[in-house]
Amino acid sequence: MNLLLVVLLLPLAGFLVALALPRSSENASRTWALTLSLVTFVASLGLLFYFDRGAAGDQFTVDLLWIASPEIHFHIAADGVSLWLVLLTTFLTPICVLISWNFIRNRAKEFYAFLLLLEFGLAGVFIAQDLFLFYVFWEISLVPMYFLIGIWGHERRIYAAVKFFLYTMAGSVLMLAAIIYLYNRTQTFGYAEILDQLASGRLTFTSSEQMLLFLAFFIAFAIKVPLFPLHTWLPDAHVEAPSAGSVMLASVMLKMGTFGILHYCLPLFPSAARQCAPWIAVLAIIGIIYGALVAMVQPNMKKLVAYSSVSHLGFVVLGIFSFTQLGMDGAVYQMLNHGVSTGALFLLVGLLYERRHSLEIVDYGGVATTAPWLATAFLITTLASIGLPVLNNFVGEFLVLQGAALANFTWAIYAAIGVILSACYMLWMYQRVFYGEASGEVRSHVFDLKLREWAAIVPLIVMMFWMGVYSKSFLDPVGKTNARLLDQTHVNVPFRVQLDRPEAGHAR
Amino acid sequence: MPVSFTFNSADLIRFLPETILTVAATLMMVLDPLVHKRSSSLFGNMSLVALVTAAAAAVYAFTAQAGAAFGGMLSIDGFATFFRVLVMVVGILTVLPSFRFLDRQDAETSEYHALLLFSIVGQSIMVSANDLIVIFIGLEISSIASYILAGYFRDDKRANEAALKYFLLGSFATAFFLYGIALIYGATGSTNLSTVHGALGGPNAPKEVFVGLSAALMFVGLGFKVSASPFQIWAPDVYQGAPTPISAFLSAGPKAAAFAVFLRIFMTAFEPIGPGWEPLIWGSALLSMTIGNFAALLQSNVKRLLAYSSIAHAGYVLVALTARRDSGVAAAMFYLAAYALMNIGAFAVVSHLSGKGEQYQSVEDFSGLAQKQPLTAAMLTIFLLSLIGVPLTGGFFGKFYIFKAALESHLVWLTVLGLLNSAVAAYYYLRILVMMYMRDPSEATARAEPLSPGLRAALILPAAGTLFLGIFPNWVLDFAGRSSTLLK
Repeated sequence: MNLLLVVLLLPLAGFLVALALPRSSENASRTWALTLSLVTFVASLGLLFYFDRGAAGDQFTVDLLWIASPEIHFHIAADGVSLWLVLLTTFLTPICVLISWNFIRNRAKEFYAFLLLLEFGLAGVFIAQDLFLFYVFWEISLVPMYFLIGIWGHERRIYAAVKFFLYTMAGSVLMLAAIIYLYNRTQTFGYAEILDQLASGRLTFTSSEQMLLFLAFFIAFAIKVPLFPLHTWLPDAHVEAPSAGSVMLASVMLKMGTFGILHYCLPLFPSAARQCAPWIAVLAIIGIIYGALVAMVQPNMKKLVAYSSVSHLGFVVLGIFSFTQLGMDGAVYQMLNHGVSTGALFLLVGLLYERRHSLEIVDYGGVATTAPWLATAFLITTLASIGLPVLNNFVGEFLVLQGAALANFTWAIYAAIGVILSACYMLWMYQRVFYGEASGEVRSHVFDLKLREWAAIVPLIVMMFWMGVYSKSFLDPVGKTNARLLDQTHVNVPFRVQLDRPEAGHAR
Repeated sequence: MPVSFTFNSADLIRFLPETILTVAATLMMVLDPLVHKRSSSLFGNMSLVALVTAAAAAVYAFTAQAGAAFGGMLSIDGFATFFRVLVMVVGILTVLPSFRFLDRQDAETSEYHALLLFSIVGQSIMVSANDLIVIFIGLEISSIASYILAGYFRDDKRANEAALKYFLLGSFATAFFLYGIALIYGATGSTNLSTVHGALGGPNAPKEVFVGLSAALMFVGLGFKVSASPFQIWAPDVYQGAPTPISAFLSAGPKAAAFAVFLRIFMTAFEPIGPGWEPLIWGSALLSMTIGNFAALLQSNVKRLLAYSSIAHAGYVLVALTARRDSGVAAAMFYLAAYALMNIGAFAVVSHLSGKGEQYQSVEDFSGLAQKQPLTAAMLTIFLLSLIGVPLTGGFFGKFYIFKAALESHLVWLTVLGLLNSAVAAYYYLRILVMMYMRDPSEATARAEPLSPGLRAALILPAAGTLFLGIFPNWVLDFAGRSSTLLK
């Protein structure tokens, strides 16, 4: 039995069982969801164990014929990048169950069912090796998130849910057109097969054809990232979603976009991507600075974190479009870092909300005196998010900036402003929420972490340190995969600064 | 053309489905005065039995005696069988929710079911006809029965308006169609589709102006029947006024049959002048999708909303026709099957919730359905996701195959605009989802009665079918693909 298939199908099976559980017993649903997501996580650790770190290619391949004509395969496999993203998904799902434990009282059965379905869809997006299958997972992940926001969100949840759905849908139909177009040219949906045809010269595009196809894919991904100026759905969705929804949305779902750009846009349409790179880099830098500036003036904590995501994801896009090994490695690492640290931020903000029932910064102050451990956890997460050395984001941001500097030094200078700004808005928020005089409301409501909450936050904090101190354990497979990818785009920069990596050009 | 009218047993087997339905419908009318009013489920059960038997007979006729019948007037090929079974399935899915519905409105049942069966007979003839005159006869049988059905509640003003509108506009459309037949007969001397095809493609092709005019006139007639723009005006009013199960029926059965005729005429008889009519269908397809989707955005009545959505979906099928290739025909067949299931399922929920006198029809009336009746809500969710075109539903694969065929024919702009249209459409389907899952129960959902067995079947069967088409589309698509090469 293929382990990757098990990891993918467990949540689906969990979803189906969860549907059959009795409505009345919320305990059955949440216990089931926790058990199943933990089992899935353990299974996914097996992936890590059996993953061949020396190889750049796809592993754990399952290739079954799904539909005979047009030929569509159920073809999944993991490479050095998707491996980590799958692990991120399986790692965060049990944490999401834990933080929803008491918070979700209403219609708990459906909540946990949708959460498991979401895990299935997200994991599938990262490991699909057939363009059609990829699109299927891409759309499947949309539906549970729509319900999570729309049913269990805050006041403006319906507006946010519909906006989220429509934005994504509008982008993805264009991608569907491009996928079908590719099929008509190549007679296959198999991603590896299409790349083969490209490499061997059997498939060639005119430059305008390539540009349009690139844009069709890129816009779908850019909406998901979200890249400035397509980001307007994100603050709404994040703010209105329940904590678990925000965590999954920020930590995993946004990565669908950056993963898509990295995994599909670049190898399929290298010259269009290169042509657009300066424009996209500028948009990314605008996103970095704009996101940070808007975050600074937010009175609402969730909105602040949401805009900080726009800023952080700008780094990822910048890293990808630097077309350097360092920048891309940094981008992938930043995807994981953002997943961990922003996930933790949303989680902690959610805990504050559960206690004080407010997301407004002015309603807080002096929380550090009533909930010192919560404050400590928040501080570590804040510091991680602003890129303090020893913590995870530092490594990613450093690599991205270095890669960007290699590509264009000016990009790096402007992007670095974002790093400084992130320290401003995060620390300022921290100061206003946790220091100062505690009001009566805060004193009576905001208590410290409970055991279940410890269990949710500690793994995240451990990861922040681990990823900050020993990045090699993560970056090795990523580097291999990115080297192969850079090779596919035929744009290796000659003066790559390598630490201890074999020459990427020969990896293939 | 001289036709010999010697009947043989093979022809009778080929015509067996229609015979069964006609006998059953006639029997109902005879039995009506003899049966006590209270045992009203008799007629419903009779039509169920008749429809199932007829569907089986259609399959049997194809496997045992495929070929032309009655001197080439009927063509019992895979294409015909596909649509015959489809219209009969539509019939079954219309009858199932009708039991409780008619009961609730204290309506007569015998005429209702008899007319329904007659209408299906007409459609069954239409889809298997290979001769314009036979198509016309089928069209008339089907239409006249549906005019009456639309106004079945004769005390209801809206139903009267619906029936009258449908009748007047429908008669006009049929007249156009007939005029088209007359012209093509004048030009080629035949009404047989294969002969016309031969004449138009042959060396002595008649003057293009006659042929073109004839094609245009037939397009008007058929465009009306499938509610394609710019002949869609009647659809919202008729769907709103007609009894809900009949709206469901009209949006699926007659439409599928009319599309079958559309495909057969334009892909066989008028195939030689394809480049001429392609721009016409192109425009109509785009217009239907755009008008349908954008008008649906503004609707608050669910039946009107579904009516506009059905106009938009007619547009998608026309995209498949614009592709002018066998894969387009197969895609249209698949799409019509998927569409019939999901649309009729959605209407079944509407008829379930509408209450006595069909008072609950607005989108708001769906509020909180998920809390009151989770199963009903889940089924409707499947239908709506399929109408949006989310993967793993039949609606998605339908759209996928259609736009794939369109891109094969290099209709890039039509594809892009069509797909963007489907993103717009997501909004109004989502509104119903929002109501069901994200709002508190309304008066309508609080008062909704538990699902009757018939209704339960009428929801679960199409939902299962929709998912089946979405996960294993090949079963149907293979058959459609094999049947898409029409006799020319």
